[in-house]
Amino acid sequence: MKPIRNILDSIKPHVQKGGKFHAFHSFYDSIETLFFVPDHVTTKGSHIRDGVDMKRTMFMVVLAMVPALLFGMWNVGNLHFQANGVTDFTLMEAFWYGFLKVLPIIIVSYAVGLGIEIAFAQGRGHEVNEGFFVSGMLIPLVLPVTTPLWMVALAVAFAVIFGKEVFGGTGMNIVNPALLARAFLFFAYPAYLSGDTVWIAESADAISGATPLAVLTAGQHLDLSLMGMLVGNYAGSIGESSTIAILIGAAFLLYTGVASWKVMFSFFIGGLTMGLLLNGLSAQFPENAYLALPAYQHLLIGGFAFGGVFMITDPVSATQTETGKWIYGFLAGFIAIIVRVLNPAYPEGVMLAILFMNVFAPLIDHYVIEANIKRRLKRAAVAK
Amino acid sequence: MSTVKNEREPLFSAKNIRLMTTPLNKENPITKQVLGICSALAVTVKVEPAIVMAISVMAVMAIGNLVISLLRNSIPNRIRIIVQLVVIAALVILVDQVLKAYSYDVSKQLSVFVGLIITNCIIMGRFEAFAMGNKPWPSFLDGLGNAAGYGWILIAVAVARELFGSGTIMGMTIIPEGFYKFGYVNNGLMILPPMALIVVAVIIWIQRARNKDMVEEN
Repeated sequence: MKPIRNILDSIKPHVQKGGKFHAFHSFYDSIETLFFVPDHVTTKGSHIRDGVDMKRTMFMVVLAMVPALLFGMWNVGNLHFQANGVTDFTLMEAFWYGFLKVLPIIIVSYAVGLGIEIAFAQGRGHEVNEGFFVSGMLIPLVLPVTTPLWMVALAVAFAVIFGKEVFGGTGMNIVNPALLARAFLFFAYPAYLSGDTVWIAESADAISGATPLAVLTAGQHLDLSLMGMLVGNYAGSIGESSTIAILIGAAFLLYTGVASWKVMFSFFIGGLTMGLLLNGLSAQFPENAYLALPAYQHLLIGGFAFGGVFMITDPVSATQTETGKWIYGFLAGFIAIIVRVLNPAYPEGVMLAILFMNVFAPLIDHYVIEANIKRRLKRAAVAK
Repeated sequence: MSTVKNEREPLFSAKNIRLMTTPLNKENPITKQVLGICSALAVTVKVEPAIVMAISVMAVMAIGNLVISLLRNSIPNRIRIIVQLVVIAALVILVDQVLKAYSYDVSKQLSVFVGLIITNCIIMGRFEAFAMGNKPWPSFLDGLGNAAGYGWILIAVAVARELFGSGTIMGMTIIPEGFYKFGYVNNGLMILPPMALIVVAVIIWIQRARNKDMVEEN
């Protein structure tokens, strides 16, 4: 730490007011606070300063994503070797191959996102904040590994500018920026975000890469064991396939108190409820293979677990009231399964459902608060 | 009784010129008054229909404003909306027939939206706000100006959407073949209506960044 401090101290005079590089002061700030706890001291009144500031919170979420990321990297290599008929590859070979494929996506995501954030912060005279820390990691995890890098850059730019900065930056966004990036790509370049050729890097034959959701949408029987769903060594977006890795992240998020367990829990309950309702319909419509899929399996395939743990728990775009969190999570899970099963054009409904509920979150909050006011007024009237 | 009225104003006095130019920028129907958004979403996928739409609206609006202004003293106040609608409807039917006769393909592309010029909020808005209370000549100019303000936004949005959505402008390929070889792909979202809103929003953003006094306080 000492050498870093020395370097930072030697730069500091240049970026302070009157220094030669004052224009870069916000960039300097962000680097300094990344390594050291800020030394701001409260001067007036009694305020409490907690060490858990936004940067630490964001970092917790990124840490929680690491299992899914590492598994995703291995899975990229695993699927690649399998698709090319290689059978005797070691764990490290698969991981290294995946690492080299995924790393550029992550670098592009962070470089573009942070670049835009810094530019806006500089223009507004704000400090650079850490809002993009999580989004920058979420975006690569919800994309297929074959997504061209320029598309990643474009989607990140779109999401950061139109999802976040126009609303006032971190903490002011209406929808989840990472999902917005994915939705942008999904509608702008559908051939690169869906279908069965995009999920495996450099496969020899393009047939083998259908995701479980695509198989089900096509009305075929899903040939995947429960264990396979949990482990997740099948085709899909980089970070979404392994339910176990995601659950490790979920446990970490809940233990540290970063994510709301109410939102997370009710999301899964919502999905389960809709799954059960649809199971009841399956006898009448045998041609839709989705309807017959056991409800709990819905929670294990596709992006459901990933969305439920990392996407919907975003505290900014979610509801703020405690009752609202139950409603919000439940409806998102509910709608996700509706879209997934009943709309063949969109094999995965989680993204759309969460974005949809993001927009409704303020409305839910509004009615929860109104109801509370009414209830308390009634109580006051009785007491009189 | 009558006193001497102010002497005749020149046809293109500074005031009349301003009637035509302010809607292009500071009082733009789309970006400032936020009228006529529906057709800005619907007909801006390609440039050609957008241009035809802009011209059609200009014809309806300028002539309509003129007619309403001529009639303004004889229209009973309580049924003025109906009278205005009759005038617009008559003009729109004329425009529609002319389009069908002279450019049938574009007319088919615009399909229902020519008919929907009747409901274009800008036209009713200008009738109510301007033509009902002003003389014919300024009303005519106001109609031209507002239609032009509407039209240039429409065409600007259409250029952006056609260029990035289909790689063409007016049907001519603009994006070079080499780009596609390098992996460039047309943006499918540009063809969908939501992107029109975002392009309009970008125009609003640029416009307000340039004129700070247009920024609304709230």
